[in-house]
Amino acid sequence: MNSNAFKSPGQRYTGVAIAFHWLLALMIIGSFGVGWYMSDLPMSPTRLKLINWHKWAGVTILALSALRLLWRLTHRPPADLPAPRWQLRVAHLTHGALYALFFLVPLAGWAYSSAAGFPIVWFGVLPLPDFVSPDKPLADLMKERHAVLAWALGVLVVLHIAAALKHHVIDKDGLLDRMRPGR
Amino acid sequence: MSILLRTMPVALLMAVAALPVAAQAPAQKVIVAQSEIAFTSKQMGVPVDGKFRKWDAQMAFDPKKPDAGTVSFSVDTASAGFGSPETDAEVPKAVWFNAAAFPKATFQSSAMKALGGGKFEVAGKLAIKGSTRDVVVPVALAQSGGMTTATGAFTIKRLDFKIGDGEWADTSMVANDVQVKFKLTVTGIAPL
Repeated sequence: MNSNAFKSPGQRYTGVAIAFHWLLALMIIGSFGVGWYMSDLPMSPTRLKLINWHKWAGVTILALSALRLLWRLTHRPPADLPAPRWQLRVAHLTHGALYALFFLVPLAGWAYSSAAGFPIVWFGVLPLPDFVSPDKPLADLMKERHAVLAWALGVLVVLHIAAALKHHVIDKDGLLDRMRPGR
Repeated sequence: MSILLRTMPVALLMAVAALPVAAQAPAQKVIVAQSEIAFTSKQMGVPVDGKFRKWDAQMAFDPKKPDAGTVSFSVDTASAGFGSPETDAEVPKAVWFNAAAFPKATFQSSAMKALGGGKFEVAGKLAIKGSTRDVVVPVALAQSGGMTTATGAFTIKRLDFKIGDGEWADTSMVANDVQVKFKLTVTGIAPL
């Protein structure tokens, strides 16, 4: 596929934005998979390890998403490719909701952990503050919220990937090149 | 007559032996509902607080004669929990407390020492899950309105008692050190 037309500055996302996108894509998909898998495991050292890795990854996703949002607000993304108005609107809404969930999913997980009486110690080294105190009903509520929000994020990610592939396979408009790593 | 003479010293000895016991009665009472035995375990660096919901204590203690004091505890191991149903279900299992085979953990004091300023040191034997270890427990007493509050904390090595056996013996997952904290509300202790 000829992507020369999209190599000029302004037509591609910045290198930093591309790095954020793919790093966070891997981390979010990985954390979702680990979260799903571990939730049904019987208690074992493996499960305890997975739970902690999941929490560390979640807090890392939260921190990276904050940096990413800062970058996004201070750096103009490439202009929209021509598309029907409703598609552009849905794309913008999806992106906005994705960003909101990048924060809401880890925050609900963090609140769940704190409310359940298990503070998060980032990478086993840095104790993070509990912004809610241990509280059984709150823990149950946050567990449910965390799961519902994570599934909502999952659905949006699938929608996002499907839309990107539609541009690539059906429209053949080179949209993917704007976010493709490398030159 | 000769029988009486021969048994006399024995009877006297018995009476003397019974004296301190009689002098100590009535024993002090620990109000379990207003007391707490808690513990903190570190799991992958995360401090997790738990407590024992069911236990009992016997105490005979006079602050003026601490050397003669005794205290004993009996704790239902199955009543240990971290407050989440999932972990609470694990704690009585064989790898942890094995509550089916060892339903009670006990502490029996062997010596008490006054350190001054309402502080005492209680040495004794802690028995959990079939293993017994000597422990020395610092206790601070505070009194108000006829109630005495005894607080203290000490650290045990969980593997000394095989708490968390087999796959859980890995101390990088669950630290060997477990801090035990208590706050006891006691009635009937003489003023300090």
